[in-house]
Amino acid sequence: MKKVIMGNHAVSYGVRASEAKVISAYPITPQTHVVELLSEMCANGEIDAKFIKVESEHSAMAACVGAAAAGSRTFTATSSQGLLLMHEMLHWAVGARLPIVLANINRAVGPPWSIWTDQNDSLSQRDVGWLQIYCESNQETQDTIPQAFKVAEELQMPVMIVMDAFFLSHTFEIVDILEAQEVRKFLPPYHPDIKIDINDPHSFGNLASPEHYMELRYMIQEAMEKAVGLIKKVDGEFQKQFGRGYGLIHPYRCADAEIILVTSGTVASTARAVIDEMRDEGVKIGALKVRVFRPFPFEEIFEVLSRAKKVAVIDRNISFGGHGIFFQEIKSALYGRTDVPILGYIAGLGGRDITPGVIRQIAEQAITDKNPHRYINWIGVKT
Amino acid sequence: MFDYLKYIREWNFPHIWCSGCGDGIVLKALIRAMDKLKVSRDEAVMVSGIGCSSRTPGYIDINTLHTTHGRALAFATGVKHAKPELKVIVVTGDGDCTAIGGNHFIHAARRNIDMTVLLYNNYIYGMTGGQCSPTTPKGYKASTAQYGNIEPPFNTSGLAIAAGASFVARTDVYHVQQCEKMISLALQRKGFSLVEILTPCPTAFGRRNRMSDPVVMMEWLRDNAVSGRKWENLSAQEREGKIQTGVLIDVEKPEFTAEYGKLMEKVGVQK
Repeated sequence: MKKVIMGNHAVSYGVRASEAKVISAYPITPQTHVVELLSEMCANGEIDAKFIKVESEHSAMAACVGAAAAGSRTFTATSSQGLLLMHEMLHWAVGARLPIVLANINRAVGPPWSIWTDQNDSLSQRDVGWLQIYCESNQETQDTIPQAFKVAEELQMPVMIVMDAFFLSHTFEIVDILEAQEVRKFLPPYHPDIKIDINDPHSFGNLASPEHYMELRYMIQEAMEKAVGLIKKVDGEFQKQFGRGYGLIHPYRCADAEIILVTSGTVASTARAVIDEMRDEGVKIGALKVRVFRPFPFEEIFEVLSRAKKVAVIDRNISFGGHGIFFQEIKSALYGRTDVPILGYIAGLGGRDITPGVIRQIAEQAITDKNPHRYINWIGVKT
Repeated sequence: MFDYLKYIREWNFPHIWCSGCGDGIVLKALIRAMDKLKVSRDEAVMVSGIGCSSRTPGYIDINTLHTTHGRALAFATGVKHAKPELKVIVVTGDGDCTAIGGNHFIHAARRNIDMTVLLYNNYIYGMTGGQCSPTTPKGYKASTAQYGNIEPPFNTSGLAIAAGASFVARTDVYHVQQCEKMISLALQRKGFSLVEILTPCPTAFGRRNRMSDPVVMMEWLRDNAVSGRKWENLSAQEREGKIQTGVLIDVEKPEFTAEYGKLMEKVGVQK
């Protein structure tokens, strides 16, 4: 069945179809609709799940850790400051190898206060060990939730699904709604081998001496490396059943492109429109959307970008004192293997619109720039 | 006529509060109380967290610090400890102070650190659209409790008293003169002074609970908030469903920054 729904509700429908059993969350703009609809679905029996109201995001993730350790399929949603408050528990979920799925609505971090989008909240959680998938449409967001549970449960790793505040969270689009009955064939009920069980007791979160700690960290990295292939495989299975697939990355008109723009989130859709315009004008340009950020698909990205003569990365984020965060990752994907110049562009922080005009400006600037080492270009900063 | 504008940041208007919200009534009561007590604007610091109440420092022209959700009291503790001569006023709400900031609330009260805390209690998370808070009464509806809240609410003032606050009062925005008086008393006390102010949220709370008309919510406060001798004279049965307002505790206790100063003197630390 098709419905016109907001991005936040696309998340809720994805969770409903995945038959999560425990949901715990705390209100924060612009995420709140996700859990409001889920709490209603829990209350009216549309989904057979328990909804835990908590007193902070830290408690929300702690409750998810507990529920997942007890063997339940577990979900939460948050944004910005809420994600930052969860930070300690995000690490915990990874170390405890719990397949929790979290939807984060990208919102700028304060101060100054902002409720509008940028990616610094999720990207500052880059190193905690969560898988991160950036979505660009409501359909993709809904579909990514069951995919995320499947990947998470197979790897025993938590997955974060990320979407832009307002540009996606509050935008209404047509979504082909997933039904639990159908999804069950793709994502069977969750029965972990190890869980809190009085008949088969285990100790969770115990002390590991230097003799053992490093091996457990090695296994997390091993799972991450395995995730690259697994995400691709799971996406393929989803496509086979539902006719929609998204890939680790999405190259658009890149095959013969001399210059490629790298984007993520909703900017990817805008970029494709600009690519079409510029192609009509005879410019050999393409766009690459990075959907999966952790694990970073180094090989797949190298394959696409190494064929270009120039790469321009648009970052709606900044690592202060460094560069754009996607830029850094792209650079390390290409390092030592090609000398294609990579230029970095910082745009759209704190919800400033990245319009087709802005993207065209970046493309034109990148084409004419003779300096291959201009790693950081601020777009539209008023001086 | 009282001139509010000298305390107001006009450039930040119009404010974000909905029609029928009581938060502006508290702001005006605070301004009148400060004016009468001749509180210096340079020495007053307002610290807030997140939520509708916490937008107050955007509108008042004193030193202001708008901080993260739940942490206003922790920030305020830093301000007061660094500069004990400042008059610290914390503005917070039921979600901000008793949920995510509950830990800071009980510990600030326990230390009895000198600050005036105005806790706007509207029984709901108003800014994010009406989720259940720790003060939402049992049985009432919220966006995360669509079929009625099953959790018992906090007695927020009682919690502060039990934790060790030296001054606690409860008031409401209908009884606006009492509201001003309670704020004024709190500003004059040395120690952790809490004023819990009941304020209507017709948009997020009333609408779901058959009180979408702001007037109905105001009438509810008029009829159910009972202060002083009137409260004393009610039988246990008559008190059912009513809320006691006025000063709930007013005692002298050692105050944290003063005790710290004394300790420093005792161990011979030169300031």
